[in-house]
Amino acid sequence: MTFRIFSGAFVAFLLFACAAFAQGTDPKPLFNQLADANFNAAEKLVAEIAATGNPRVVPALNAFSEGDLYFRKSDKAVFAAKAAGSQLELIDPVTGESAGQVAKSAVTKIKVNNNLRRAIRAALGGLTLMSPDRGARLSAADAILRAPSAEALELVEAALVKETDGEVKARMEEARAVSLLSSDRSVDEKRAAIETIAGLGASGLGVLNSVSGTIDPGLKPDLDAAIASIQNEQQLWNLAQNVWYGMSLGSVLLLAAIGLAITFGVMGIINMAHGEMVMLGAYSTFMVQQVIRENAPGLFDWSLAIALPVAFLVTGAVGFVIERGVIRFLYGRPLETLLATWGVSLILQQAIRTIFGPTNQEVGNPSWMSGSFPLGGMTITYNRMWIIVFSLTIFFALLFVMKKTAYGLNMRAVTQNRRMASSMGIRTPWVDALTFALGSGIAGIAGVALSQIDNVSPNLGQSYIIDSFMVVVFGGVGNLWGTLVGALSLGILNKFLEPSVGAVLGKILVLVLIILFIQKRPRGLFALKGRAVEA
Amino acid sequence: MITGFILRALEGKIVIAVGILLAVAIIVPALNLLTPPDSAFHIPTYVMALMGKYLCYALLALALDLVWGYCGILSLGHGAFFALGGYAMGMYLMRQIGSRGVYGNPDLPDFMVFLNWKELPWFWYGLDMFPFAMAMVLIVPGLLAFVFGWFAFRSRVNGVYLSIITQAMTYALMLAFFRNDMGFGGNNGLTDFKDILGFQVQAGGTRAVLFAMSAFMLALCLIVASAITRSKFGKVLVGVRDAESRVRFLGFRVENIKLFTFVVSAMFAGIAGALFVPQVGIINPGEFAPANSIEVVVWTAVGGRGTLIGPIIGAILVNAGKSFFTGAFPEFWLFALGGLFIAVTLFLPKGIVGTIQHGWNARKALKAAADAEKGRDAGAAPTVQQVQAAE
Repeated sequence: MTFRIFSGAFVAFLLFACAAFAQGTDPKPLFNQLADANFNAAEKLVAEIAATGNPRVVPALNAFSEGDLYFRKSDKAVFAAKAAGSQLELIDPVTGESAGQVAKSAVTKIKVNNNLRRAIRAALGGLTLMSPDRGARLSAADAILRAPSAEALELVEAALVKETDGEVKARMEEARAVSLLSSDRSVDEKRAAIETIAGLGASGLGVLNSVSGTIDPGLKPDLDAAIASIQNEQQLWNLAQNVWYGMSLGSVLLLAAIGLAITFGVMGIINMAHGEMVMLGAYSTFMVQQVIRENAPGLFDWSLAIALPVAFLVTGAVGFVIERGVIRFLYGRPLETLLATWGVSLILQQAIRTIFGPTNQEVGNPSWMSGSFPLGGMTITYNRMWIIVFSLTIFFALLFVMKKTAYGLNMRAVTQNRRMASSMGIRTPWVDALTFALGSGIAGIAGVALSQIDNVSPNLGQSYIIDSFMVVVFGGVGNLWGTLVGALSLGILNKFLEPSVGAVLGKILVLVLIILFIQKRPRGLFALKGRAVEA
Repeated sequence: MITGFILRALEGKIVIAVGILLAVAIIVPALNLLTPPDSAFHIPTYVMALMGKYLCYALLALALDLVWGYCGILSLGHGAFFALGGYAMGMYLMRQIGSRGVYGNPDLPDFMVFLNWKELPWFWYGLDMFPFAMAMVLIVPGLLAFVFGWFAFRSRVNGVYLSIITQAMTYALMLAFFRNDMGFGGNNGLTDFKDILGFQVQAGGTRAVLFAMSAFMLALCLIVASAITRSKFGKVLVGVRDAESRVRFLGFRVENIKLFTFVVSAMFAGIAGALFVPQVGIINPGEFAPANSIEVVVWTAVGGRGTLIGPIIGAILVNAGKSFFTGAFPEFWLFALGGLFIAVTLFLPKGIVGTIQHGWNARKALKAAADAEKGRDAGAAPTVQQVQAAE
């Protein structure tokens, strides 16, 4: 029995010793001193509590900044508290154990103000700086970066000595630099800190601006230089971001226009039903996703890959029927193809409206299309990125078909000189039908991609038709490269106009510029040369 | 000289059409106003309003026929000129509301008060005066057509390219008019009109006069268009349509010829818009929609381009069909319209009137050929070439 008591005591002693060794001083009395402390004293106490390095004080400090720290009137012992019915449940600030329930009148709240909260946040940051968890250390360093204070400086420096992880260490260096600026360290150290901060970009700018009023006059030039360099960098990133947005818009335009570059550009058919082909492609995606949702939900991430050939075949077939049924009677009368295809577009729109209803259909994004990642000072969303990749892929695939395959050769031969091609044994009607089907099919593929970023409704096509024509005409009819350059430059131009004049006015300006451009170069950016022009 | 110009316009068909229009201008309002509502001859006000609307559309189609049918310029932006004329009229009507608006501001229309505007923008000045507003109905579309055509025709933008940039023009205008800070009422447009020249817009008598004016203006524009196309200038115009380069090489200034026609046509469209607005009671940016302009092309094509009368018939028929179908089978209308587009381009490339004329001429030619054959000793059926030459 005695042995058991003895051994129990020994274990308890060992535990206590270990704990004391690990934690330095016991934070409990420090907490109790908060009962009498004013705000300034409390700030110091918080720093001292944090300096014990005991991770168990974190919840209590959190409670403090939330205003949930109380002291008991009877003995001035400090507890965190949470509501339990009409009473408060007291929680020991260090052990986190419950210390029974008391009436609200038995305790007094320890007041907290914003300064104190800031100190607490910094202290907490410092505490977790030593955490064994890498993620916690990283977020602690980030917390200090966001709310720098002189108090955190020593904590960061202490943590830096022990830190071994490269990325965390770099982040801590930055945290140290921002904290150092508001401390009373030497000018040289501060100068070095400014340099470190200048590398931080936008977040550093806030820190530098906040100290620019109070900083040592000797450091002012360094500071201004650092601010200027950050601002320059930011401007560059803004530029890059605008270019990116522009490319993204341009790739959408390219997607919408590329099928038209075939049917209008190469074949000379004013294909007003082009937008409806895009719309049919989007609805094909919707149908594929519906089937997958009902039968094989696991395949959802593959839905777009499955929708691509489906959309191509569906719209290609529709295009084939339109060419055989209507357009082939109208070759040589381009303005009348406009009317007939407009009629086709009305019928297709109404057909879709009758079948699916006039409302928007829900087309889901596969997981690899959602989310974003940062690249330097800009954010890149996955769906935009994939659409750019996708549109360029289609473009080059089409270019390959046109330039390197026998079918492409036939197609170019027929468009350049139909009768000569015919007498060389090319089945021109067949080539016409296939070309129109190809253009329509590509519009359908574009619809698959556009269903990811736009509303899938019967009116989807209408919103792209005018832009598509603008791109093809601007780029130069009959030239695929012109379509690429036209789409990207119109997209980028649009995005650069937008911040200064607004989206709608920007669009109007682009339209006016295109109209003026056509006056200057009636055949577009890359005009076909030679006799084909006069045909 | 001017009388000669007008007299030449009054060829058989045109005289008949003008006669019918003038008769309609008198009879329809008379039947509306003078007969009791339960009479078999009574024309209800809403029918008259609908017919007035068709007449405005007919005038718009006539305007398009002048440039497309005779000059070969397929404008996909005629809706823009129509809407601009309508806006000029709408602005006049807005100013007439005066302090009777919801906010009771004597100068500013309601939407400006709503947008916290303090004073009238400069482009609203003077539009409270009827003659000035009517001048604007002609000047604004005419000026736009002049500036646009000046650039486009001088740089020899034609065919498909011209069609597409006219479409871009109306699209850009639509986007612009949708903006609230343009000062044209934004999305909602201009509406809630009270009176015109002191007469209540909604009153039966005013409506009757507006209807009569629509028919009258259509007849007048028809005469002017006929005079233009039947003059020497009209011959050159057709030459431009059929062989532009050849006309240019003969020494004509093709761009000026096109420009003149384009501006006249835009003014016609402006008049149509101005008559349209008080009868319908609203003008909004939707009128600029490219689809509307394309629809005008269809009316013209259905009736027969290059016939002047055809577009009028086409516009009335298609719109009557639209009113009927959208009432009876709303689902069906776009199928019918789309089918009409395709059918007309495939089977009736000359349109209704064009096809009838064609058949008439062919019969006449056949008869003439047969007569000629009878007179000869060796009788034989007319050859295909003779028939074609006669056409």
